[in-house]
Amino acid sequence: MTTVQPEAVTLAATLSRETLRFMYERMALIRAFEERVKALMEAGTPFGVAHFYVGEEAVAVGVCAALRPDDWIASTHRGHGHCIAKGVDVRPMMAELYGKATGTNRGKGGSMHITDVRVGMLGVNPIVGAGAPHAVGAALSAKRRGTDQVAVSFFGDGAANIGAVHESMNLAAVWNVPCIFVCENNGYAQSTPTEYSTAGEIWRRAAGYGLPGELVDGQDVFAVYDAAVRAVDRARSGGGPMLIEARTYRYYGHSYGDDPHRYRLEEEERDALSRDCLARFRAQVVGSGQLSEETLAEIDARVAAGIDEAVAFAEAGAMPAPEEVATQVFA
Amino acid sequence: MALQTSAATTTTGAAAPPAATGRAPELTFSAAINQAIREEMRRDPTIVVIGEDVAGAAGRAHLGLVDAWGGPTRSTRGLVLEFGPERVLDTPISEMGFLGAALGAAMSGLRPIVDLGFVDLIGCCYDQLVNQAAKMHYMMGGQVTIPLTVRMSYGARPPTGQTVGGGAAAQHSQTLYAVLAHVPGLKVVAPTTAYNAKGLLIAAIRDDNPVVILEHRYLGPRARGAVPDEPYTLPLGKADVVRPGRDITLCGIGRMTHVCVEAAERLAAHGLEAEVVDVLSLAPLDVATILESVQHTKRLVVVDEDTPTCSVAHTIAARVADEGFDLLDAPIKTLNSVDAPVPYSAALEAEYTPTPDKVIVAVHSIFGM
Repeated sequence: MTTVQPEAVTLAATLSRETLRFMYERMALIRAFEERVKALMEAGTPFGVAHFYVGEEAVAVGVCAALRPDDWIASTHRGHGHCIAKGVDVRPMMAELYGKATGTNRGKGGSMHITDVRVGMLGVNPIVGAGAPHAVGAALSAKRRGTDQVAVSFFGDGAANIGAVHESMNLAAVWNVPCIFVCENNGYAQSTPTEYSTAGEIWRRAAGYGLPGELVDGQDVFAVYDAAVRAVDRARSGGGPMLIEARTYRYYGHSYGDDPHRYRLEEEERDALSRDCLARFRAQVVGSGQLSEETLAEIDARVAAGIDEAVAFAEAGAMPAPEEVATQVFA
Repeated sequence: MALQTSAATTTTGAAAPPAATGRAPELTFSAAINQAIREEMRRDPTIVVIGEDVAGAAGRAHLGLVDAWGGPTRSTRGLVLEFGPERVLDTPISEMGFLGAALGAAMSGLRPIVDLGFVDLIGCCYDQLVNQAAKMHYMMGGQVTIPLTVRMSYGARPPTGQTVGGGAAAQHSQTLYAVLAHVPGLKVVAPTTAYNAKGLLIAAIRDDNPVVILEHRYLGPRARGAVPDEPYTLPLGKADVVRPGRDITLCGIGRMTHVCVEAAERLAAHGLEAEVVDVLSLAPLDVATILESVQHTKRLVVVDEDTPTCSVAHTIAARVADEGFDLLDAPIKTLNSVDAPVPYSAALEAEYTPTPDKVIVAVHSIFGM
């Protein structure tokens, strides 16, 4: 049974229909994109390594709904959701997975490196924690150039224990740059549970850097959005960094082909599914009368058509020419 | 004296002096680096300097304490006075953090110059150099450029004649550049004079790729030469023939170029004319200039301060053997330091690096002397 927290109801009631539609469409698009990628892989399409974000959509979308197009994000290895939430076109994203020259990265990066700097997406980054300093650098750049852009570093519970993330939080605090740290705690680093790998609670670590830290329900897009808006306002007005820990859950394994039942129980999965971010969103906005079932169905249909179009675009594209193996090593 | 090599002594286009508009006072290598950064920062407001103690006494201006350090080689001294702490950014000791931040800034509109201090510290930020900076342009399909310069000092002390004492030992004396030159996507240069230090650094700053500038710890305060006042660039990826000769090619990297020049002068006293090629750019490697030299000398000795296994010297030897075997009248010789960590004791450190004596022995062996 889907439960809705009273605070989230209050916040949701203040949001415009445009914001609600944005949230639903982006969350649905992430899920549809990944379900299609997964189905294609199961059907034998030889994609390379891919990590699925299904279940965690509310985090990327809740944060990116609080950002402007010219703000920056730095992503993780599980990056499809961040890309779509920030506005990367799913057609070249899909083409990238096919290894096509029409992909976001001309087929040179694949799922683990999707980037589109035109929409402020600094890169999916499969070296755990390595994107965090890039977000600090983008925030430094904004401050130095006198813009009011902010940067967001998404990182996982696994990355919460790597030096790059801690160096980044310290550096961002010392330099007082507009960088927001968003930890997506999905409970597992590959097969290692967070409670084994992580001493204390991640959001409380902010205090060690003199920063505000907040724990939010990552399955509730309104709760994530609420925290993100406050973090972004604070950063944009020169107040400095903030850490948000969003507790979430990945429905599938670490990467395609991984069977999560080797390290977690079905009971736990059922509990997570009962808090599904899309189901909760639907129940809430329909219940409050803010969006109708028909509107949501229209969005679902548009999303499905968009994914069909992405696959068609990807399949129609050419593979890179052989000589591209050694082009673009240098600018 | 080899350390005084300057624009006036170079012989090829690679290091031809710029259109002189006037003054070219004599500067040290470190002062030339300082001047290059200063002139570029005046020209381009997106340039920032990032590193540990690049200014010094960070945050203490209100106590009247500023500009206390100037980087590990003092080559950023005074910059904070002209450009302020917003552009000369002292950092905590977190190489991975600030190198990664510089990379993020380079992707989003700045042109950072990072002072890593010591090449020995690449271990603390190797991921950001190797997996991130070097690969971004390629991996992202060309949609970003990485205008990032990373300066680092390297090298052991030359033999000092000391009979007691020691140097900086195994973790602050290395010449670890082969592990950088090995990585596609990084440009790696090792200037040898005050003149080419300024020209190559300015070229690195203006380049839209990550460029590593290696500055020998011994040359910084000691190598002196005429340096034109105005900004100028020298091409990245180009070697320089610094001494013409007909009998043998001595190919030097970094401080070893000075060792080669000294050996060549001593060999000349005995009638053997060695041509000295200053490699300057380890990546990309200018094999063409080396082959051109070997074409008329027919003999090659490569001198490299890095440890031998997988070294740039060995790569040069392999490339010349691959592409110019028929030019050679004798086997190629390579001289490196020792496959051992850099020792502390002056007695051991003196044994560690190639010297003019060792170069002369290698040349004699080629001529059967």
